[in-house]
Amino acid sequence: MADFLQSNLGILVLVVAQILLFVTILFVSLAFLMYADRKVWAAVQMRKGPNVVGAFGLLQSFADFLKYIAKEIVVPAGADRAVFLLAPMISFVLAVIAWAVIPFGDGWAIADLNVAILYVFAMSSLEVYGVIMGGWASNSKYPFLGSLRSAAQMISYEVSIGLIIIGVVISTGSLNFTDIVRAQDGSFGFFNWYWLPHLPMVFLFFISALAETNRPPFDLPEAESELVAGYQVEYSSTPFLLYMMGELVAIVLMCALVTLLFFGGWLSPIPGLPDGVLWMVLKMCFFFFIFAMVKAIVPRYRYDQLMRIGWKVFLPMSLGWVVLISFLAKFEVLGGFWARWAIGG
Amino acid sequence: MTAIDWKRAGKYFLLLDMLKGFQLGMKYFLAPKATVNYPHEKGPLSPRFRGEHALRRYPNGEERCIACKLCEAICPAQAIVIDAEPRADGSRRTTRYDIDMTKCIYCGFCQEACPVDAIVEGPNFEFTAENREQLFYNKEKLLENGERWEAEIARSIELDAPYR
Repeated sequence: MADFLQSNLGILVLVVAQILLFVTILFVSLAFLMYADRKVWAAVQMRKGPNVVGAFGLLQSFADFLKYIAKEIVVPAGADRAVFLLAPMISFVLAVIAWAVIPFGDGWAIADLNVAILYVFAMSSLEVYGVIMGGWASNSKYPFLGSLRSAAQMISYEVSIGLIIIGVVISTGSLNFTDIVRAQDGSFGFFNWYWLPHLPMVFLFFISALAETNRPPFDLPEAESELVAGYQVEYSSTPFLLYMMGELVAIVLMCALVTLLFFGGWLSPIPGLPDGVLWMVLKMCFFFFIFAMVKAIVPRYRYDQLMRIGWKVFLPMSLGWVVLISFLAKFEVLGGFWARWAIGG
Repeated sequence: MTAIDWKRAGKYFLLLDMLKGFQLGMKYFLAPKATVNYPHEKGPLSPRFRGEHALRRYPNGEERCIACKLCEAICPAQAIVIDAEPRADGSRRTTRYDIDMTKCIYCGFCQEACPVDAIVEGPNFEFTAENREQLFYNKEKLLENGERWEAEIARSIELDAPYR
């Protein structure tokens, strides 16, 4: 057995098994996250939310899933059939494969890449193609406008997300998530994490993450009051489901990124308690809750406001922060508060 | 160059509006929910609620309607059709009393006009049908409704009586 696991085939089998296990867990938790999202939204509006399917409506997402896949896939007459059907798949697949490098515990990643951040960043940047292709292939006005907006929006906010991540990378000296989390380990628990040295950037990152994943208040690509449903107008059935799931997977991924980059991943906030996957999951749930709350409490931004915030506020701030952090790290200000280099300075 | 409103800028960069919004959101998050679990729970109905029509009878079983046709006359949607003939015992009664529920606008004028409280709008609002024909109510159907909802209707009229 040990011999087999050392062979190429054995490693392949092992990795595939890991992926299957992870994807299963991810999708099942996705169903409940969707449910949680709706419940939070409902609670803020003093509604009860889904409460009919299963106990407390817990199986609502599964019912929705069955409903989606049982429906007919309508392809508009003027649509580019191949691109039309490929677009949601791209959106979904790109959202899911970014998870390959996310560690849930020390060494608990499917692929512990040393350029993990670049990989995640590349995958989430490519997601815009799914939206653009969907909007274009629908051969319809609203989807096209929605996808144009979405492209501009995602590209704008990726710039500031990238710069914010660079700040963290400068502090750590590594692009590997495991190294970044280890660099946040220390005897002060909660106060050792990067949220403190990178404080303003935590909020910037979170807000950019909202924009990047097309969540309210930045859900302009699907602004229903002006664009019906944006790039998803012509989609139905399983392709629509793929878009929805892709979006949700991307949101959870952003929760994971915030946790890993600024909130110490699987590290325990109280110095005495053991570290572990549970902390990671708890933190992600917390950020998902914030995501859901933001959806419930903020009105949608206007398009020019969105662009203004992206280019005139977030970009200069994050750019300035990168410059500042490089000096603070290079000269090891405050005894290396900003410099926790994993691989030499 | 315009002067910078520092107070506003400070609020903006400290995300104070967002914090306030979050606080408010949490307040309602924990507040009791307003949802009524409809098929299982129902909201309260006023005694003046104007729902499905019914023709009532006197306690001795005699039908109240004397075919005065005031309801037919007042009905703004002209949804009521009445034919009348003297009965064998010489009293005037309807031979036909139809309400087209698809025309009816539930204004309650028929109930107001009726001198003998015969035609009333009861508390029932769950009378969907599968086709239009089922919504053309005749005398038989209306009397049957009267029998079914008599207790509620009588109570509503009693409760509302002091205000008329």
